[in-house]
Parts: sequence; structure tokens; C-alpha cells
Amino acid sequence: MSDFFQVFGLERRLAIDGAALQRRFYELSRQWHPDFHQAAPPAEQARALEESARVNAAYRALRDPLTRVEYLIRLDEGRETKEGAAVKPKAPPALLAEMFEIQEALEEARTGVLDDGTRATLGAQRQALRARMAEAEAQITGPLSRAWDAAAPADRPGALAALNEALATRAYVRTVVDDLGLALGEETEETHGAHRRD
Amino acid sequence: MARIVGIDLGTTNSLVAYVDDRTGLPVVIPDREGRRLLPSVVGFTPDGILVGEAARRQLARRPTDTVYSVKRLMGRGWEDVKEELPYFPFRVLPAEGTVKLTVGGREVTPPEVSAIILRALKERAETHFGEPIERAVVTVPAYFNDSQRQATKDAGRIAGLDVVRIVNEPTAASLAYGLHRLGQGVIAVYDLGGGTFDISILRVKDGIFEVLATNGDTHLGGDDLDRALMLWLLQDVQTRHQAELARDGVDLARDNEAMQELRLAAEAAKIRLSSEERTTLTLPFAGFTYHRVITRAEVEALIEPLVGRTLGPCRQALADAGLGPADIDQVVLVGGSTRVPLVKRRVQELFGQTPHSQLNPDEVVALGAAVQAQILAGGITDMLLLDVTPLSLGIETLGGIVSILIARNTTIPTSAREMFTTSVDGQTVVDLHVVQGERELAKDCRSLARFELRGIDPMPAGMPKIEVTFLIDANGILQVQAQEQRTGKAASIEVKPTYGLGEADVERMIEDSFTYAEADVETRMLIEARNEADTVLTHVGRALRQGANLVGDTERGAIEAAVAALRQAREGHDRDAIRERTTDLNHATERLAEAMMDAALKGALGTRRADEVMDLGASRAGES
Repeated sequence: MSDFFQVFGLERRLAIDGAALQRRFYELSRQWHPDFHQAAPPAEQARALEESARVNAAYRALRDPLTRVEYLIRLDEGRETKEGAAVKPKAPPALLAEMFEIQEALEEARTGVLDDGTRATLGAQRQALRARMAEAEAQITGPLSRAWDAAAPADRPGALAALNEALATRAYVRTVVDDLGLALGEETEETHGAHRRD
Repeated sequence: MARIVGIDLGTTNSLVAYVDDRTGLPVVIPDREGRRLLPSVVGFTPDGILVGEAARRQLARRPTDTVYSVKRLMGRGWEDVKEELPYFPFRVLPAEGTVKLTVGGREVTPPEVSAIILRALKERAETHFGEPIERAVVTVPAYFNDSQRQATKDAGRIAGLDVVRIVNEPTAASLAYGLHRLGQGVIAVYDLGGGTFDISILRVKDGIFEVLATNGDTHLGGDDLDRALMLWLLQDVQTRHQAELARDGVDLARDNEAMQELRLAAEAAKIRLSSEERTTLTLPFAGFTYHRVITRAEVEALIEPLVGRTLGPCRQALADAGLGPADIDQVVLVGGSTRVPLVKRRVQELFGQTPHSQLNPDEVVALGAAVQAQILAGGITDMLLLDVTPLSLGIETLGGIVSILIARNTTIPTSAREMFTTSVDGQTVVDLHVVQGERELAKDCRSLARFELRGIDPMPAGMPKIEVTFLIDANGILQVQAQEQRTGKAASIEVKPTYGLGEADVERMIEDSFTYAEADVETRMLIEARNEADTVLTHVGRALRQGANLVGDTERGAIEAAVAALRQAREGHDRDAIRERTTDLNHATERLAEAMMDAALKGALGTRRADEVMDLGASRAGES
């Protein structure tokens, strides 16, 4: 079966023109959406349903630069292409050590009442971590994505590993940000379903 | 291709529309009397079934046999609805995977009641076109789950309609706006109807209507606003007329007729307060008349928490779309409840712009359904709706944790594949529990169905590989297929829906539906004449108890004679005779009614300002 890049007639590259991708998505939707195949024989209707589900899945995976990287990694690992089941990559040990104190403070916050001082500290840490998350995202969708696109075939595994590690860092930081948010009674980062503006 | 109509099956009102081939524009089909809205009310009487306006008029007269807001019960189980059941005057009983209503001496399910409404709309369309109509697009709230959508499809089948597409109400509205070139760019559709709330964010570009995110609450609408006001009124009546109620030993909360009167009065007052700052309520009860002025501010304080509940879903939908309020080009209001000024204010505050409603909020969903019907019929080829599934779909895994297969706001149709295997040697059956919702634990989500994959060859644990495909079609309804990977043969699946009707039930209901025929015109007019007679008899009975001293013996004697004559006529089948005796009784009581109104006015004058008395006069004129 063709991969999601091929669905849109694209090479396997992380740099994608969002506007062109949307145009192509609309064209393919017009071609395959079941609405336009109502009068067709059952076999053709089934095909249209399947194709349009695939076009939708492909667009969902590729329209956002971050989910695009996640898809690339899944593709590389030969995993089933589906939502939500990504095995959580392990966070770098250095990061774990760094977060140790915050985790302890969080644990205390969960069991007891937050005093104003702790609340302020945790709030500040959450802000700092959010910035770090944004930084990780910028790294992934910026230089690291460009590096993978530019890499010679032999260097691609290395470039992919760098992406994978950055994704793991981001995922871990986000969990902590969410936990802090919960402890502080603030809104959590969106965990799924969101997509960015294009 | 044969004609397909668009139907808005609403909580309060339903409509049918089609796209006019000459103009290319959608139009609502009126009934013979020119009425466009069909009240979603069904009355069960010994003589037959009443639908729409005729049924609505008997709401207070036959509260236990007149079903309204049945949409709130569609696709739901006893546990989902039991808290609000005390507010319904008709009896609702638990049943397997659904609820049953005991009305008019028989048991019916919510899809059967909805089918009666759909059949009335089908007939309305058939009369209009002079040809049979067998296919329809039917709208549902965007936030309806799988069972609620399935129940709507079932209702169509029972009514003899092939529901070729279930469309989400806010997206249907956007199609109607789009056709009129009124909605372009990124638009937010805020849809507060009679029983449900939806918010949908769409990008409209080059004829493509791409839903970016949707959210809502399928148990929040005008009904809830009415209920808040009704409960407040009940308390106020009980406080002000404590003495009379104690004297007569009446518990209003247990009096179905009185509660219906209060509900209808609350609804009418709410509607008047959308255009006026204050309104007067005059409610005759057995033994006393409740009379007071109520202001918009008072009602707003009552409904503020309910209106506030719509804002959370709006923010979530924006977040899911990756947008902020400032990114929204236009905000469109849909649904009758968006006429409430407080709703408009809150929406305006949230989005920082004036929302608009150029197209009639009561009709725009049906118009959009007609547009979608025309697309499916091949009559419109330049517009395409890309909708999303409102809720995440997952399966229950070890420890009751949900593993999400399809995330909410995924464009439909969409599919997900998952591998399953056995955990015990020789196992031949694998169970899957599919749920819908956003919570981590399966028990907190909506159970959709349990699937049994059968006929697996006995093998050591973990050897069989069964690939299961979960597909959400363009209706937002789940289809499941399974295949054993080694043999390539389709695995047999037994589906046990947690909620809803089984195939055999639906078949039986299609058969039964012919015995639930709507009363014919003659019978309907007879039932209406009797209902009208009952209403007048009740009012006169009350008036005689309260104001007998206001008229002389001769006059009282004449009234009593007219009452007896009407009672007798009512038992017969001569509709004209019932009508005539009703008119006679109305004439006989004219003086009594005037005398009582004067007395009420005089009583009111003592404590009220002159402008309020003017209001009383106006509401009196409006009621006659």
C-alpha cells in the first residue's frame, strides 16, 4: 500500500508546502468523497469510502509539521499507521534527573495543600517548561527536519534518531507541564485532536 | 435520480425542505395551512395519533399521553435520562438498551415516536410533490454519539424513509449560509436548539466546507432554560399562594396538568422576554389566579449558569482547531434559543464580534439538509462537506483503560486498523469492548458495543492474528470488519450494541408502524373538538368555583345547563355538535369572565403601577 506521502504524490520529505497540500487534499476529497459516488455500484462505493478514509488519514498525519515527523518515524519503524497508539519513547536520562526535583514537589502538591510559595515556584517552573517545550518543537520542525531532508541515505538513521530523541524530550516535558497544570488547577495542554493553523 | 428531501428533526420543531430545481435554492415545504414548522409533539389518543400543532395544543390537556422533546431520549438508556424524567409528564420505563414510553395504553420507543414525526414530514413532502418520497437527509446535533445517530436512522426506517445521510446540524447550517455566499473564511457556528448545544468551527474555501473541530452538549437547550424558569415559577406560586394550596390540599409539583401549564407559561414568557424587558404572567389555577410581572433581568439571573455552560465547549473547539477567538472571521447563530439576548451577549463577548443570523435560525438547518440532499442527488457538484467525528473512539484494554483508535475531530470517513490475538491456548473467541468519549477509563466513556470475534481456529495463545478495521462512515456511524490474517478469511463478528434497538426490533416496529397510523382528518378534527371542549370545561369549572358569587343565580343556572349540554355532546361523535355546544358555553360565561377579570384588575391595581396594568391588558388581548 502507498504511504501517506505518496497519497499526495509527494516525495518522502518533511518540508511540505502547507497551502499546496491543502489544495491537493481538497482535490482528492472531491475525487473520492462518498457524497459524489452515491449512484455508483456497491463495489465502487466501497472503494470510494476506503480511498476517502485514506486521504483523510494522510492529510491528518501530514498537515502538521510535528505529526508529520511522528508519522515519518512510524513509517521507518514499519509500525501500524494509526492514531493514538504510539509507544511512548523514553525520555533522555539527563532530562529525567533534571526533572527529579519538580516531580518531588509535584508529589507533595498532590498529597497536601499548596502554599502560596510552592504554588508560585511550580507556576514559574511550568512557564519555563512550556518555553522549553516550544523550543523542542521549533527544533523538531526546524533544523532537525531540515537535517533529515538534507541527509544522504546513509546519514538518515542518525537524523531520524535525533528527531526521535527530540520528540521524546518534548513528550516528557509536556507530561510534566500537564501534571503541573493539574496540580495548579490550570488548563492542560491539548493531548490529542488538535491541529495547528495552516 | 429520485428526489431526496432534507429534514431537520428537532427537539421542539421539525421541518422538511428541498432545493428548487429552477432557482437552485433550498425552500421549506409548508403544510396545507401554510405552517412551516411542525411542532415535534405526538399525542396518543384512543381515537388515533395526533402530530404537530394539534398534539401541541393538547399538551396541557392530556399531559400523560402527549410526548414532546423525545429527541432527548433518542439512543439513550435509563441511566442517562432518569434524572430528568421527573420533569416529563408521560411515563418512561427502563428497557434493554433503551427506554420505553407508556402512552395512550401502549408502549413505544423513542425512535418510534420520532418516526411518527418523520412520517408526517414525509407526507407533507409527498402532498407537495404529488409523488412518493422515500429518501431523506436527516440532521442530528454534531455532538450526537453513535447510538443517538443510529437511533435516528432507525426512526427513518420505521417511517419508511431511507436515511441516505445523517448530517450534523451546525454543518448543515453552514451549507445554507455557504450557498448564499454569506459564510466564507473561518466560521464558528453556535447552535443552541431546544434540547442540544453544538459549536462547530469550519473553514469554508473554494466550495469545500471543512470542519476543523466540533464540541457540544447533547443535554442543553431551550428546554433547560424553560425548566429553570418553570421551577422558579413553581416556587413563587407555592410561596405566594401557600394558603390556598394548603386549604385545597393541592401539591402542584405532583399535578401533571398544572406543571405542564407552568412549563408552557415559562416558555411563552421566555420568548416574550427576548423582545421585551418585562412581561406579565396570569395563570389561572383551581382555587386562585397567579399573577405577577417578571423582568428580563430576573430570568437572565436564572439562566446565566446554563448559558455559561456553552462557553467551555466553545473554548475547547477553538483549542482543538488550533485557533483563537480572533482567528474567527464570522460567528453564525443557529437554533431558536439563540434569540435569547443573554446568549447573544455571551457569544459576542467570547468571540469579540457581533454574531449574525441573516438566515432564520429556526429554518437554516433544514435548508442546509436540503442542500446536502441535493449534493447526494448529484444536483450540486461544486460544494463538499468534510465533517468530523465529535468523540474519540477507543477500545477497552487491560485494567479498563481506553486505547484510542480514532481521535475526536478526525475528518470522516476514517478508519483505524488494529491487531488482536488470543491470550489463552485454544481460545476461539475474542471479545472487544468499543467505547466513545474522552475519558481515560472505559467505565467513564460511552459504551458503544461489544464485539465477539468468533470461529478462530484453536491455536497456542498469541498465535492467531485478527485484523479488525474500525470505520466511521460519512454519517459518523461505526462499522467494524475483522479478518484472520493467516487464512485471510473474514472472521465472524457478533455485535451487541449497548444502546439501541436490535435488527429484529426495528423490523417489528416497521410492521407495527402501520397500526400506529395518524388519525385521519375527520378523526383528528373530532379529537381536537373534544380537546377544545375539555379545555373550556376545565376553565369554566375553575371559574365557577372561584367566582360564583360574581354572577346571579339565573346566570349560574344558564352556565350549568351549557356545561351539561357540552358534556353530553362531547361523549358523542358529532364534531359540529361539540363545536356548537363549546361556543354556547363560551357565550354563557362571557359575563362571568369579564367580572373575574375586573376583580383581578382591581386587586392588582392596589399594589401595581399603571404601566404594569397596561401590560396585563395587553397580555389579555393576546390570549383571547
